[in-house]
Amino acid sequence: MTAYVVRRVWQFFPTLGGVVLLVFFLFNWVGGDPAYLLVGKIPSPERIEEIRRGLGVDQPYVVQLWIFVKQIASADFGASWATNERVSHIFATRLGPSLTVLLPLLVVSTALSMVAAMLVAYVRGSLTDRAIMVGCTVGQSISILVYILALQYLLAYRLGWFPVQGWGSTLGENLWRYSALPILVGVIVSLAPDIRLYRSFFLDEINQDYVRTARAKGLGEGRVMGIHVLRNAAIPIVTNVMIQLPGLLAGAFLIERFFSIPGIGREVILAVERSDFPVIKAVTVYVAVATMAVNLAADLIYRTLDPRVRLD
Amino acid sequence: MFLAVTAASAAGWIVRDWGAEAGVSYAPPGFLGAQTRSSASVERDRGTAGKQDDYGIVDPLAPDLAEIAKTLSGRSSSQARAPTLAFGGDKWGRDVLKKAVKGTQTSLFVGLAAALLATFLGTLLGAQAGYYGGWVDDVLNWFYGVFTSIPYLLLVLAIAAVLNEKGATTVILILGLTGWTGIFRLVRAEYLKHRVREYVLAADAVGASGMRRMFVHILPNVSHVILVQLSLHVVAFIKLEVILSFLGFGVGVDTVSWGSMLAESATELLLGKWWQLAAATLAMALLVTAFSLFTDALRDALDPRLK
Repeated sequence: MTAYVVRRVWQFFPTLGGVVLLVFFLFNWVGGDPAYLLVGKIPSPERIEEIRRGLGVDQPYVVQLWIFVKQIASADFGASWATNERVSHIFATRLGPSLTVLLPLLVVSTALSMVAAMLVAYVRGSLTDRAIMVGCTVGQSISILVYILALQYLLAYRLGWFPVQGWGSTLGENLWRYSALPILVGVIVSLAPDIRLYRSFFLDEINQDYVRTARAKGLGEGRVMGIHVLRNAAIPIVTNVMIQLPGLLAGAFLIERFFSIPGIGREVILAVERSDFPVIKAVTVYVAVATMAVNLAADLIYRTLDPRVRLD
Repeated sequence: MFLAVTAASAAGWIVRDWGAEAGVSYAPPGFLGAQTRSSASVERDRGTAGKQDDYGIVDPLAPDLAEIAKTLSGRSSSQARAPTLAFGGDKWGRDVLKKAVKGTQTSLFVGLAAALLATFLGTLLGAQAGYYGGWVDDVLNWFYGVFTSIPYLLLVLAIAAVLNEKGATTVILILGLTGWTGIFRLVRAEYLKHRVREYVLAADAVGASGMRRMFVHILPNVSHVILVQLSLHVVAFIKLEVILSFLGFGVGVDTVSWGSMLAESATELLLGKWWQLAAATLAMALLVTAFSLFTDALRDALDPRLK
């Protein structure tokens, strides 16, 4: 087991190196001269040269790459080009709001989809099953944007049940008042694909022999489904949720942007709109590291939950 | 099952037809007015302005002014300003229904092209990795690992930020160059499975070259997986293109896209005008659902295990 972990950690570095190279290639080479972006409305050649020297882009690529690597090692990416706020400070302050929305979202949507998927799998083949599947397919085809727009308009603007957007100053206020609608939207959007996926996991389990044995032993349906089947189906579900985690962090972009939640996703969208390279580079590298770490953790948890699995 | 395939493909077909037709009939934004604030109110004003009491004095300039007014609005008012359009108009009076249909064409084109690019890349690289193994596999796996460590949307946005240039080609490139990873993994797995089968060994014994074995012998047996992935990716790319266009990184300003329609409808909703949102949503839902059903039917039809 330890050997496996060491091997996986050892594999981090080439991949991280690749990510660094990719980000570097994208931003320092393809991205063009950032001095023109920063110089403002009245560019003069001296000013441009000054900025380029300050950013370090007038040096050969190898030197720039070395600077980038140093930045990653010291976790200090400098300051944002747009607001001049230190990137590390940006992260520290924005992580909280992101998590306040994401963690409840994850918990609620997973719980709901699991229950729904179990029920749907139980009545497999019936009209209910097919109707719900078609409903999920249609629901999936409506873009998340439409859900955001429509729900913001109907529930928040028209009916006034939730604030349309914004963020408060205390945790309690944020959690109950401001996160409610974003969480609702997030749950609705992720319900459809999750139900379809989890249903297939449950179906795999329901047809197994042990279910038949349990019923033959005389166990009630509730116990059979709720304890035995659930425990086995939960394994792929949990790993699926863990793998989705880093993507969720970055993918909450749209929700954060439209609800004006000062989280990391919103920072990224703002940075992309303003071509604010330090922020984008930093986020990409951090999220890549987080993804690799979470993938490793997911594999390890998979092993703990299901002793039949061999990891190598 | 057959019926499902034909029905689903008919749905896909119908929507595709719409797309083709719209390409021919869509005119540049003719100011067909209606249901919009600006043109409707202007019409009303111009209508009532002439009813003034002129006290019996003839205005010597009136006929000239009338002529000037007519030539000024001559180009646009030569077309009848319909008070209502089938699905309403947007802020500049463009017909929403036509925009929705034309948007279908954009989405289909971008989605298909990007999916084809991604599939081509994924298949090519997956075949090499799965078939040759060894260091080729290691290098390609490293490449794959790098691309999948970065969450997909983040990668797409980062590339969009860097390229900083709009247009359908850019979108297709971005989506295609980032979306090949899923196909790569599947194709590689399939090739790993197939390369030790007897027919491949037999082809090797007869003297077929590696390339020939990969593409002429194994590929047709793997094509069912690839086809299903292709159509799954079309759906995913259509949805992504909408998001990109909405954020402003997608197709240019003069090309209609559902994303830009949604972006406009955000502000229109506040004014109580809901039809652009409804049209874009309906169109998108139809196309994506049709394609998803088509994919499901395709998968059921092509899966050798179910035969």
